Amino acid sequence: MISGDPVQTQRRVDRAGLVIAAVLAALAAVLVWDARGLQSSAMYGMGPEAMPVVVATGLALLAIGNFIDALRGNLPARESADPVPVVLILVGLALLIAIIGFGGGFILATSALFVTTSAAFGRRAVLVDSIIAVVMSTLIYLAFDRLLTLSLPAGPLERLL
Amino acid sequence: MMDTFAALAHGMAVAVQPMNLLYALIGVFLGTAVGVLPGIGPALTVALLLPVTYKLDPGGSLIMFAGIYYGGMYGGSTTAILINTPGESASMATALEGNKMAKAGRGGPALATSAIGSFVAGTIATIGLAFLAPWLVDFAVRFGPEDYFALMCVAFVTVSATFGDSPIRGLTSLFIGLTLGLVGIDKLTGQARLALGVPELLDGVEVTTLAVGLFAVGEALYVASRRHHTEEKLEPVRGSLWMTKEDWKRSWKPWLRGTMFGFPIGALPAGGAEIPTFLSYSTEKRLTEHPEEFGKGAIEGVAGPEAANNASAAGTLVPLLTLGLPTSATAAMMLAGFQQYGLNPGPLLFAERPDLVWGLIASLFIANAMLLVLNLPLVGLWVRLLAIPQPWLYAGILVFATMGTIAAKPSVVELSMLAGFGVLGFLMRRFDFPIAPVVVGLILGPIAESQLRRALAISLGDPMTLLQSPISATLLGIALVALLAPFVLKGMGRFKANED
Repeated sequence: MISGDPVQTQRRVDRAGLVIAAVLAALAAVLVWDARGLQSSAMYGMGPEAMPVVVATGLALLAIGNFIDALRGNLPARESADPVPVVLILVGLALLIAIIGFGGGFILATSALFVTTSAAFGRRAVLVDSIIAVVMSTLIYLAFDRLLTLSLPAGPLERLL
Repeated sequence: MMDTFAALAHGMAVAVQPMNLLYALIGVFLGTAVGVLPGIGPALTVALLLPVTYKLDPGGSLIMFAGIYYGGMYGGSTTAILINTPGESASMATALEGNKMAKAGRGGPALATSAIGSFVAGTIATIGLAFLAPWLVDFAVRFGPEDYFALMCVAFVTVSATFGDSPIRGLTSLFIGLTLGLVGIDKLTGQARLALGVPELLDGVEVTTLAVGLFAVGEALYVASRRHHTEEKLEPVRGSLWMTKEDWKRSWKPWLRGTMFGFPIGALPAGGAEIPTFLSYSTEKRLTEHPEEFGKGAIEGVAGPEAANNASAAGTLVPLLTLGLPTSATAAMMLAGFQQYGLNPGPLLFAERPDLVWGLIASLFIANAMLLVLNLPLVGLWVRLLAIPQPWLYAGILVFATMGTIAAKPSVVELSMLAGFGVLGFLMRRFDFPIAPVVVGLILGPIAESQLRRALAISLGDPMTLLQSPISATLLGIALVALLAPFVLKGMGRFKANED
């Protein structure tokens, strides 16, 4: 940090940093709550509940450290982020999980992820991308399922092959 | 000494079997092809290609791993030179001068000095590994569980706190990893920890799921979120690929010096190839006879850091193979590769499966030589891979990344975890938390816990056992110093700033 920089001297509380500190504190609480349900059967030495408590203590201390950093505005500068592509990719992942979950098979699932990710990176040719996606994931399916005998989930499309 | 030669000769005999040579070749080829993709470093290359090795026998798979590892590193430096997006921090120094050389039309010699330098450094460092490993193994067999625990404490601290930008953020990453490591059935008492009632969580968090989520999905989300900021530019390789006599003259000393920085620092459980690469960069900048070229594309600035990077990669294999101690994200992925066969690297593995360990070490030599032969003639192919349009590139990376998880465990829970780790990786990149400590924490945390519990069970619950063993006491002392040093130095820096 260069102390002479006018932007740096005007330090503000970093809200995201406060959220991070709160999440760490909550995580520590979950660890302790979970550890309370464990029975220590070890005659001597440490039982299964010791390590979670140690980790929770560390997390609590780090929550305080992050809290202080956030209050001082010590977090590194961030550039603006565009939420739209992030959401698009997450939608793609959700589609993939849903298709696999409902037995739609590998090819359909990965094709959905391919098309949404490609759109997130600015492509607008959905039809062309869909064809590329289906061809590519079919090839991957054949290579891994048939050649390397890894079992990938099969759906209606896979049963046609 | 003679034992090492005999063991290495035996390893060579294993490695040159035609099938194993083929595995090494496939590994080198795939490793380079994946590693060359922008934003993909060696750790992710290994994580993505793990499923390919599922069906092989352990020997063949580890040999393929060796190829993937070195191939991924070569690919990474090609990307750093040609489009200035180092896939990992260890290639940052290479990108500094390498990309300038490519812009000035000297991309060919930059790639050549990086390839040959990596070969020289990798070969010397692998020899170092072969001779250092048996010696360390002799030492390590005397380690008790308390010593192992102390050693892991050193690794935890150095990986997360000592060398990063912020010890608080580094330790936060480590503790997230340790928390994830707690999930699942406790091996000693059979009780479920942090499973939150989800049966799939009883098996614990899969290292590959975490690594692929953090590195691949996280990276894709991050790059997508800031696509409006930067436009990557691929520098075409113009002119001759070959180094001139002058280039050779200016390269060979940096190669050797880089190796001298890289191997020892990599072999110490200190983690990371950043330090040796930047040490090498600043040394070359100081020693060069052409200081005016630095910042504009000086070949020494590529030759040195590239050699340091490769030598330190071979160096990290020393603690990994002899102590089972991963000190980088890539080494953690290699450990995961061993674990999928129920193999635990360490002194015992040297005694029980010498064919495997020495076959792997011998394959490192072979993979290195293959890369030298493959990389330069095929550079045109790698450049074409770099030219894949970004939307298809990242879409393809995500398809491949999820495929690994789908092949291993096609469950909704596992895939949701992958997506969740992706979001975590995105947030960590956005808020500048280092990623490698999470992976190291997940994989080392449970091992450290079981060593500590074993030590305390032997000592009938007396924690003083940690200080009574001289090895353990020394290591814990080192860990404490390494933990406090950055805070003290920072405090001193602040004091100095106030003085001014």
